[in-house]
Amino acid sequence: MAEELHKLGLNDLHIARGGKMVPFAGYEMAVQYAPGVMKEHLHTRTAAGLFDVSHMGQVILRPRGSFLDTALAFEALMPVDVLGVKPGRQRYGLFTNETGGILDDLMFANRGDHLFVVVNAACKHQDIAHMTAHLSATTDVIAITDRALLALQGPLAETVLAQHIPAVDAMRFMDSVVAHWQGQDIWISRSGYTGEDGFEISLPEGLAQDFATALLGHPEVMLIGLGARDSLRLEAGLCLYGHDIDTTTSPVEAGLTWAIQKARRAGGDRAGGFPGDDRILHELAHGPERLRVGLRPEGRAPMREGTPLFAADATPLGAVTSGGFGPSVEAPIAMGYVAAAFATPGTALLGEVRGKHLPVTVAELPFHPTTYKR
Amino acid sequence: MKYTEDHEWLRVEGDLIVVGITEHAATQLGDVVFVELPEVETMVAAGDEVVVIESVKAASDILAPVDGEIVAVNDALTDAPSMVNEDPTGAAWMFKIKVDDLSVMDQFMDEDEYNDLIG
Repeated sequence: MAEELHKLGLNDLHIARGGKMVPFAGYEMAVQYAPGVMKEHLHTRTAAGLFDVSHMGQVILRPRGSFLDTALAFEALMPVDVLGVKPGRQRYGLFTNETGGILDDLMFANRGDHLFVVVNAACKHQDIAHMTAHLSATTDVIAITDRALLALQGPLAETVLAQHIPAVDAMRFMDSVVAHWQGQDIWISRSGYTGEDGFEISLPEGLAQDFATALLGHPEVMLIGLGARDSLRLEAGLCLYGHDIDTTTSPVEAGLTWAIQKARRAGGDRAGGFPGDDRILHELAHGPERLRVGLRPEGRAPMREGTPLFAADATPLGAVTSGGFGPSVEAPIAMGYVAAAFATPGTALLGEVRGKHLPVTVAELPFHPTTYKR
Repeated sequence: MKYTEDHEWLRVEGDLIVVGITEHAATQLGDVVFVELPEVETMVAAGDEVVVIESVKAASDILAPVDGEIVAVNDALTDAPSMVNEDPTGAAWMFKIKVDDLSVMDQFMDEDEYNDLIG
């Protein structure tokens, strides 16, 4: 049964600008505009791309008592150091389950007296229920449904955005601020999911049309669809929830150990105490059985999600979880899981495409260097 | 030029039929990044998958429109798959097929009929 698709606040703008609309996570969204995935991707890498990501879940965690109690309760859901995030800073996080799998990945910011969380669209209802169930003793979990979320990404993002909001040029990667535009609060973080420098901008829905139009008035800015969003994040080696990470993959297997700060590891101030800590701490100490790796197919044939992977002697090793063509890399690229002994960059593997075993090599991630302004 | 419901075009060249995909199909596919062509001298039946086209979005199969023998393929597409977007009805022809009887062309749509189909 087809579910009724939600329309984004900027739906008319997407259609007016030639958006090819497709269903995604319960929303009608533009997979591409007139220029197409390739041009949109390359434009984001060389100038600036504007993405409407208003489908994502925005949530405020407002302490009813102390901020510390809220931060500790939120921390108990993730192998992540929440207390260590200073006011005005943002961090990547992930909710884990009792078996050490990943329920969702997310961004959260310390905004002084509360936390601001952005979660994936497809998981947002379950995430809100999860946070409500675990935080309600200390915290009001408030789903924000009247704000759009835009991302401006690329080397010219700062130059463009600073013409409207001068304060952004002082921001560093993962800073989170409240700024003002036309007298209203807009929430800006210096982050994104393309591997480029850029910003994510939460603003009242009523302001979104004017703000997007103002940004699109700059010749440097092109509107970018989901297709290029996917190829950009894949080149940057970033995980897509439901594909590269899910309830069966642990953060250690996924190569997300950088997201598990010292405080939550064995010997840390607040070691363990998160769902699945047994498995995750064990894998941190002894290594996981399988690992997410970058993959470079030889030749031009893309290896798509689901492509089975084999060792040179045809032993099954795992499968591709994201794969396609990297417009900036100018070659097919993929990510997938393989047994840990085969995860070293340079290892020659085989991928089965249309019944044929084709050569593919384990590669370093990211495929395209990131340019975050640290 | 004749057209199939699978958005291929067919053109008679001597005793051969040249096959490619239409402008409409190329636009729908998006940026083409990979083309896998059949071996020459392959005997094919109508409906066989003979070409694989991968765009940035997905993989698609091109079917043999008629029974016959593949006698030539456009190797240039292997190195320059984007030709399929740039010139789908010209430089980006895909294969040439030798048939027993060119009257097989009669079953396919002419340009007006095809334009009605994609309307």
